[in-house]
Amino acid sequence: MGFMRCRKCGGAAVINMRQHKLSLCGEHYSEWFVAQTDRAIEKYKMFTRDERVLVAVSGGKDSLSLWDTLLRLGYQADGLYIGLGINDPAPYSDASLEKTRAFVESGEWRVASGEDPASPITRYTPLLHVVDIEETYGKSIPQIARDKTRGHGKPCAACGLTKRYVMNRLAHDKGYAVLATGHNLDDEVAVLMQNTLRWQTGYLARQAPVLPASREGLTRKVKPFCRFYERETATYALVRGIDYIYDECPHAVGNLTNFYKTLLNQLETQSPGAKLSFYLEFLRARGEGAFEPFNQVETLHECEVCGQPTTAPGRCAFCRMWDVEKLDRATV
Amino acid sequence: MQIMFRDKKYEIKGGISARDAIKKIGVDPEAVLVVVNGKLVTDDAVLKDGDDVKLVAVVSGGQLCIAD
Ligand code: SF4
Ligand SMILES: [Zn+2]
Ligand SMILES: [Zn+2]
Repeated sequence: MGFMRCRKCGGAAVINMRQHKLSLCGEHYSEWFVAQTDRAIEKYKMFTRDERVLVAVSGGKDSLSLWDTLLRLGYQADGLYIGLGINDPAPYSDASLEKTRAFVESGEWRVASGEDPASPITRYTPLLHVVDIEETYGKSIPQIARDKTRGHGKPCAACGLTKRYVMNRLAHDKGYAVLATGHNLDDEVAVLMQNTLRWQTGYLARQAPVLPASREGLTRKVKPFCRFYERETATYALVRGIDYIYDECPHAVGNLTNFYKTLLNQLETQSPGAKLSFYLEFLRARGEGAFEPFNQVETLHECEVCGQPTTAPGRCAFCRMWDVEKLDRATV
Repeated sequence: MQIMFRDKKYEIKGGISARDAIKKIGVDPEAVLVVVNGKLVTDDAVLKDGDDVKLVAVVSGGQLCIAD
């Protein structure tokens, strides 16, 4: 069997990254991946080892790989799992939580591979926060979505709004300096493509590896995997033996993001490196001020119920959707 | 040899690179990883009759979509 060789050791490669003209074996890939993550964290000034990091975990390959990588690098990274209650037709949410729990309990991230200098045995013992939406707010995501859309349409709008809120709220209440998500380059370019096709300059201005906490009550958001292709995070998960949820949320099937991912992969196949340069050149243009919103009208208000920052006076979008009148601030 | 992808089986003749085999069954090589006899390989690997080949889709939404 003819195969590519690892550039470092000449062994059989597990991945060939055409955009970097680099092929590596499992051991050297794992080392490279961890080191690249640390470089991105430093380059974009995401966080330091003195800061507490909250990782949004879904049980998928990206978020578990991110948590694993941060722990191997010695960061103080805890996890937040949000139970959406999407268990029909298959128990998707329950299975995702199980994978997440199994990951923390396995202590897999503790195992140093001996030769691998990128994996010092970490002394940080991670915490997993679980917020079950139905237990906390009385309804699951599919239930609230059904109520709000009268049974029509996907639950994604309600889901996205709720997740954003819960993540921000918990990060803030528990005193985390930063909220990290596992978005990879394919996620980023899919969104970039959607926003570019419609010249949504406001959204383009806000798409970045780091979103500073612009206001009191919000937490800095970072995407340490934003320069990795999706196939790279998947490869890392396989090489590390991370048992992740393979299925996608049933509501993600056929969504626009996946459609753009498919298109961009076709482009990448014809022209290796196209996705990477699309993203990096966008960041360059953005850094040069190409998308500064010329009309920033975001005035600061506090939600009269939960106290979170909001753009309009009264209740925030989350409290309006959930019809929250009074919120026990202690329980998220 | 047999290629497994998303609970489906495809029968392909050996002596072909994984990349060409993937294209033959109508999948974009960029969107999958190739596991041959339990080992992750690059897609230039030549597949032989009798190999046990699995394709792993790299796209997975998890539930972090629209969460930024
Ligand atoms: S696809 Fe929609 S419902 Fe499913 S996790 Fe993503 S936003 Fe939520
Ligand atoms: Zn090697
Ligand atoms: Zn509110």
